[in-house]
Amino acid sequence: MRLQEVSAGYGSRDVLHGVSLAPPPGTVVALLGENGAGKTTLLKVFAGLLKARAGTVALGGRPLDAVPRREAARRIGYLPQGFEPLFPMRALDAVLLGRMPRRARFASPGPGDVAAARSALEELDAAEHAETDLREMSGGERQRVLLARVLAGEPEAMLLDEPTASLDPRHRLVVLTALRRRAAAGATVLFSTHELEFAAGADRAVFLAGGRVLAEGTVRETFTAPLLSKLFGVPARVVPLPDGTPLVSLGRVVE
Amino acid sequence: MTAPRRSPAAAGAVLLLALAGALLLSLLSGSVPLEAGAVFRALAGEGDPSVVTIVRELRLPRALLAALVGGALALSGAALQALLQNPLADPFLLGVSGGAACGTLVGSLLGLTASSLLGRATLPLAAFLGALATVLLVGLGASVRGRLDRGRLLLSGVVVNALASAVLLFLLSWGDGARTQGFVFWMLGSLAGATGGAVATLAVYAALGLAALLPLASAFDALSLGEETAFTLGVPVETVKRTAYLAASLLAAAAVSVSGIIGFVGLLVPHGVRFVVRSHRALLLLSFAGGAVLLVLADTAARTLFAPAEVAVGAVTALLGAPAFLLLMRRRA
Repeated sequence: MRLQEVSAGYGSRDVLHGVSLAPPPGTVVALLGENGAGKTTLLKVFAGLLKARAGTVALGGRPLDAVPRREAARRIGYLPQGFEPLFPMRALDAVLLGRMPRRARFASPGPGDVAAARSALEELDAAEHAETDLREMSGGERQRVLLARVLAGEPEAMLLDEPTASLDPRHRLVVLTALRRRAAAGATVLFSTHELEFAAGADRAVFLAGGRVLAEGTVRETFTAPLLSKLFGVPARVVPLPDGTPLVSLGRVVE
Repeated sequence: MTAPRRSPAAAGAVLLLALAGALLLSLLSGSVPLEAGAVFRALAGEGDPSVVTIVRELRLPRALLAALVGGALALSGAALQALLQNPLADPFLLGVSGGAACGTLVGSLLGLTASSLLGRATLPLAAFLGALATVLLVGLGASVRGRLDRGRLLLSGVVVNALASAVLLFLLSWGDGARTQGFVFWMLGSLAGATGGAVATLAVYAALGLAALLPLASAFDALSLGEETAFTLGVPVETVKRTAYLAASLLAAAAVSVSGIIGFVGLLVPHGVRFVVRSHRALLLLSFAGGAVLLVLADTAARTLFAPAEVAVGAVTALLGAPAFLLLMRRRA
């Protein structure tokens, strides 16, 4: 997955201005930035949902446009932000839809699909909700089920738009563990978030400001007080934990 | 609470039995009440010739037409709800039926009549053109910066419906008195004009609609997770929506061309079916069967409740459907 000098936006407004980015395979990458910095737009361009006005989007060395849609669907998993279901749908059926690009066009899910779906639910501590209607779940439960849908498809790249926005600390850790496991198996994981503690659990970070890449590198390289302060426009303080993970405090003036 | 889980096959069997029961009831009931034995003999062409005529030439075509119209409308509603991601979508509420009625009326004024094979086969197409015109208008009214706004859709449908009614009234005042009266009754939704030819025509169009929609079932499933998710799952979203729009309009238009404007069937039935099944493949098939059952019963009620007078069946479905719509809206709020 690679973006080169990509500009993209909605209507007449450009949100991204000449962004180049290539998250390395086998890593978990956090995407950070203020509201409107272009995080969602960037994920949409990677997913093929939004066409780049300028620059190139590539998947596995080919332009994304040239990759057949079903192949792209198999290789890229995308989780949009905040989805409200309108129709009754069982959690397991929602997760099974993640297997759709892996089945023949009109085939029903087979035992392999069901096993993958159940194991993805298990991985995100949502197995007990398999039979529950999506509309009857709490926001956090539903978010894990919808993320399980992406995991069940076993894509080589995952684009996740605020996957932990409504999760409690324990389940945030459950999600991070699952994502790290997928990355260890070779997948590229790119997620947007406002949770700095969660982001610090990634391998790398991309700081986006005003539609441009402000900084890109390992978490330890990028999670510095000056950069974070510049990114969010608030005072920042960074203290390394004993294992080297940066612990961030934002918005508080510490003397 | 867990989601409902009953087997779609069992639900289908129940609905088919219900359909057989409803059809039989419809053949038994009327100004001349008949016994089951007499009905079966008459179906085989035996017994009292006047009973044979009543059963084979009056009641049977009407019952079968009611089943096909109900099925087509319910299927159209299920497809519209899936493609618009709006549980309150219905061919009547979205103005599709009104447009189809305009198309039918224009077709009739141009000389297409249901008494010739050519007229029978082409009237639904005139209705289809009318339906497509309203679909475009509703879509235009509900688009914000090139994207369909779900909130505005029903409002836009109401306005276009009013426009279609106005056009209908203008067209009607053109015709002569006797013809106008017939048209007004037809417009309110009536199966009184049922003939074997109408049954055959609608059967063809219903089969076409079903054949176009069933292959889209899994795409509809994916669409229930939102258009973006469906796209990233490999669903050709725009093609699916266009095909579904055309098929839903064709189904509603064909139904309207033979039976006028019968509202709410497309809204009520898919909602009822959703209590039992979840996948769209089952939803589409069971909606067709459920719509058939509902309209056969509604039409039997329409022609027997105040016999020998007949109520427009559209009034019966609206009497059931309007309160149901209000309930659904409250539940969503």
